[in-house]
Parts: sequence; C-alpha cells; structure tokens
Amino acid sequence: MALAQAPLLEIDQLEVEFRTETGPIVPVRGVSLRVDAGRTTALVGESGSGKSVTSLAIMGLLPRPFGRVLAGSIRFSRRNGEVVDLATVPPRGMRAFRGSEIAMIFQEPMTSLNPVLTIGEQIAEQVRLHLRLGREAAKSRAVDMLGLVEIPDARRRADEYPHQMSGGMRQRVMIALAMSCSPRLLIADEPTTALDVTIQAEILALIDRLRRENDMGVLFITHNLGVVAEIADVVTVMYAGEVVETAGVRDLFHHPRHPYTRALISCLPEHALRGEDGRRVVQAIPGSVAGSLDAPGCKFAPRCVHAVDACQAAHPQLDAVEPTHFVRCDRWRAL
Amino acid sequence: MAGPMNEAPLVEMRALTKHFGRPPMLVHAVENVSFSVNRGEVVGLVGESGSGKSTIGRLILRAIDVTSGSIVFDGTPIEAMSQRALRPLRRRMQMVFQDPYASLNPRLRVSDIIGEAIDAHGLARGAARAARIAELLNIVGLEAGHAGRFPHEFSGGQRQRIGIARALAVEPDLIIADEPVSALDVSVQAQVLNLLQDLRLRFGMAMLFISHDLDVIRLICDRIVVLYLGRIMEIGPAESVCGSPAHPYTQALLAAVPRPDPDRPRIRRMLHGEIPSPLSPPSGCVFRTRCPYALEACASAVPPLRDLGDGRVIACVRDDIEFDVPV
Repeated sequence: MALAQAPLLEIDQLEVEFRTETGPIVPVRGVSLRVDAGRTTALVGESGSGKSVTSLAIMGLLPRPFGRVLAGSIRFSRRNGEVVDLATVPPRGMRAFRGSEIAMIFQEPMTSLNPVLTIGEQIAEQVRLHLRLGREAAKSRAVDMLGLVEIPDARRRADEYPHQMSGGMRQRVMIALAMSCSPRLLIADEPTTALDVTIQAEILALIDRLRRENDMGVLFITHNLGVVAEIADVVTVMYAGEVVETAGVRDLFHHPRHPYTRALISCLPEHALRGEDGRRVVQAIPGSVAGSLDAPGCKFAPRCVHAVDACQAAHPQLDAVEPTHFVRCDRWRAL
Repeated sequence: MAGPMNEAPLVEMRALTKHFGRPPMLVHAVENVSFSVNRGEVVGLVGESGSGKSTIGRLILRAIDVTSGSIVFDGTPIEAMSQRALRPLRRRMQMVFQDPYASLNPRLRVSDIIGEAIDAHGLARGAARAARIAELLNIVGLEAGHAGRFPHEFSGGQRQRIGIARALAVEPDLIIADEPVSALDVSVQAQVLNLLQDLRLRFGMAMLFISHDLDVIRLICDRIVVLYLGRIMEIGPAESVCGSPAHPYTQALLAAVPRPDPDRPRIRRMLHGEIPSPLSPPSGCVFRTRCPYALEACASAVPPLRDLGDGRVIACVRDDIEFDVPV
C-alpha cells in the first residue's frame, strides 16, 4: 500500500441531512473513510446504519430536494490527477464522474436495467455516450465486456433481454455496464445479497479479479461479515449513522475493539454457544437500532453490555488504536 | 432430539411431486421427495432458489395441491382431503412467514391478528381470549400492553415475534417456518433464533424450518434435507451433514458460504455455471451439469437414495470421492 499516494477516495466528517415531514433527520453524521486504488474497503452495517446513504452521497444521488450534504468533504482523485471535492460538485457536474470515473452496482440489477433494450444495446449505449465510440465499435466493445464478466457465449447473449437472464447473469451484466468505461472507483451496494450462495461466490471472485486487473478501488457495502472477510482489505463499520470502527480486515476480525463490532461477530449463528439444555444460544444484541438514533451520547450505549453512565452522556470521538485502526468508544482501553 | 423411534412420524411425505403449468412450460418444482418429520423434531429444508423448499411447505399445508405422492399427517393421508375435512387438522399446523411486513394485516391491531387464530378455531372468548393474547405476547418476548397497537408501530424483529405468537395461538404440533429470519438484521436474527429454540423446548412442537442459510439451519435443526432443483440430494443429522457432507452438492454449498475468517483461503474451488431451468431439468442426476465429480453414467439414470448408515441418505452414485477442500 503506497501511503504517500493520495487516496482514491477520502471522505472526511461527512454529514447528510434529510428533511422529512416530521423535521430534519441526519442519517449520516461525521463519517470518514478512505478507499485506495486497487484495494477494497468494506462498509459494514445493519439497516439504518447509513451505509447506503453514504454511497448515494458519493455518487451525488441523494434524493433532491430532501437530501443534502450538510458538512464534510468527499475528495476524489481523478484520472488526470486532479483532486475534487464531490460534495461541492453541482448535480450537472456529477455526470462527468458517474459512469466514467465512478460506477455503481446495486442489489437488484433488474431495477437498473432497461427491460425493453437488449443487454448488448444497453452496454453499447453507455460506451457510445462516455467513450464516444461509433455504433459498430460500441457493439463490439459490449460483447467484449460480456466476455470480461465471464458470460459464456457473449455474442449470442448480447441479443438477449434482461428478463431472459437469471439473477446472477443480470448482476454480471450490471458489472459489465459498470466496467465498460473503466472506472477508477466501483461502489458495490450489497451486490450479492439477493443471489444464491454458489452464485454469490462467483460474483465476489469476479469483482475481486476486476479490481486486481484494473487497479480499481472498490467500496463494497454489505451487512454480511462473511462477505467482508472474503473481499475486504480495509473495513469500516457503521452504526446508527456513524463510523464506530475502521481497521485492516485481519485486525478487525482478530482484534475488534468496538463493542458493536465484537457483538456483530459474536451474534453469527456459527459462534453460538451450546447451553446445558441442548440449545445453541446465539449471542444476540438486545434491543434494536431504533432505540439508538436519538441517543445523546454513544449511539450504541443503549444496547451495549459494557456501557457505563458516562457513555450515555458524552458522545465519543474516533480514537486511534493504531495508525490504521480507529474506534469510537471511550472505554476501548478498559475492555 | 428426535421423538421416540417407535412412534410414527408426525408428518411423512412419500414420493411427493409437484408440477406447475403444462408442457412445454411444465415446471418440475418438486420431484419424488420422501422424508418425514417426527414429533418434536426440527427438520431443515435447505437449498437455493428453485430447489422446491417453499413449495414443499405449501404442499404440506395444502395451500396447493400435490401432483402425485402422499402426505400423511399423524396417520391420516391428507393429500386428497377436502378443505372442509382438513379444518380440524389445520389447527395443528401453522406457518411463520419470511416477510414480517407483508404477513401481518396493517389494519388490524395485534390483539386481532393473534385473536383471529383463536376465534377461527373457537379456542377462547371474552376475558379468556384477552388473557390468552397477553400470555402469547409474553411468551414471544413482547408486552401485554402491545396488544392494542398496529403492526407499523413495531420493528421487523418485533413483527416476526407477533407472527410467531399468531402461530402459537392454536398450540400447533407442527410449525412450518419459511425463511423466518432471512429478512432480519443479524443482531435481531439472533434474538429470533433464540426465541424459536426456547419455544421448542417449552412446547415441544415439531418444526419444518425452510431456509437458504446453512448456518441458521445447522444451528436450529436436528436433521437436514438438502434439495436441488426439486430433488433430495442428502438427508441426515444436521451436524454430520454440515460437518462432513457426503453429497457433492452439499459440499459445494457449504464451501460457497462466506465465513467471517479473513485467514481462510479466498480462492476456493466453486461451482460453475447456472442452476438449470426447472422447465428442463437435466436427465439423470439433476446436479450433474455443475458437479465436478460427474461421470457419464450420471446422465442416464436418476441416482437412487443410498443409505450411508449413520442416519444419512444421499442421492449420488459415487462412493469414491474424497473432498479435497476443507469446508
């Protein structure tokens, strides 16, 4: 890892606000994370953690006019070496980044594909727009892209419509679309969550291969810790809109510091403890995230078994355990 | 914790088959499936999409009709029974659904959602009914005071508890739970898995637990039935099936599950290719098109279920495979 090099993406103290009928809410507050070229940062969290909102903020896709970046910066290093704060780029200006420099794939590919165009036409359209290729060149590039994502018999399948393909194939098409303009950063928001596990394994391997071969940075958003261990170099854990821990993947699994990270690992079924009555007790986290959103101090304190009175009162800052390991817990030294 | 061996199974499927549509669009959803669930036993149905696991659940509940084969519930064949004759048996099997948002009527209060089941079978009225609802809410870890609320006032995990309370209301012998924790966050999933185990110890009902998640299945089930394209690949005790799978598909399925272990080799042998269409399943063994161990013979005949002795049965002709990838 070249630390001297500017990170591909560096988010600093990002705060996002949504205006709602019942007043403003802040689904993302003070989020900082980085993605380096050729490496994968996993953004982990449960529902309501703010992980998807963070990715929409990067892409300039916050729903307007209700959502906006309130504070913080999203510095992205362009292909030409220029560093731009995406948080200050006007909506029209974002078109220069989306697709060509930053691409995104989602959980449900069907909603992102046009049902009345063949998949070959959709990829060709994208590359003609971004790469200014002629019709024939774009079509042949589309077939190449389908081959790149390991779709067998690419020439024939380019003429198929999305509904003729399985979920796994559609996700490959989405990845082909995303890769067609050689983005520097790929944001993958739960791309394998809707897939069967044997298909998931193939898609993870595919994304990892494309990252390696293209020196592409990947921001991989997921709730699944197994997937994190499989694909990430760096892991950022979010809870209730905040980053609670960031660490290298081995460090995070072997030496988790935040009580939430620890609880998240322990509550997996495979870490269940056998009780005397034969039950396999899963170490559940009591309560739900709903009780955390308005917590004045540490957001996790209402569900934390290690919380003391001080945790409810003071809001903890991110503290450096090591130069590459950060934790938002005032008690991490004591635990 | 299977029931006493001398006792007849609570529910037994023999050569269960379900086809949807008609040629050329005939879907082979469930094909010649035989297994049983004993009293008090938790049996897991695991498989990927199109494996037929949910269809089997719906067949047992008679939500859909069988194409052929039999379903014997507590000694009574029910596959051809009229809906009217089924009514008294209905009380003894209940369903818990995956989506706690879609499976509760948003216009009904919790007391009516649970009360409906009590009323339908005339189990209690007036004060006894209210007391029973309060008791059920307590059993699933909610408060009696929640009875007057509507579903939208609850989190996903709490809604799933309401769905479980509704199923328990009629004191069923069998609960069919179709992906009951799949829509929940892991921290909440853990709470519901613990609850289901508590209830099973407390009330001793049998459960058919349908899931795509092998870790969850392994945790909660006594025995597992592994399905692929509507056919049984392997049946056996949960620990032995997951600990030392005997069928190549079970092995591949286990190997594909991502583990929270960053030191595990990232590149593992995995299955290639798509799950074939149930419209035209492969001849012979349906798994052969993706099986790394398939022989020519696998295309010609459906492999019969082979008894391995240790309570395990597999549908694979090969007995010479040593899996070289640690699961």
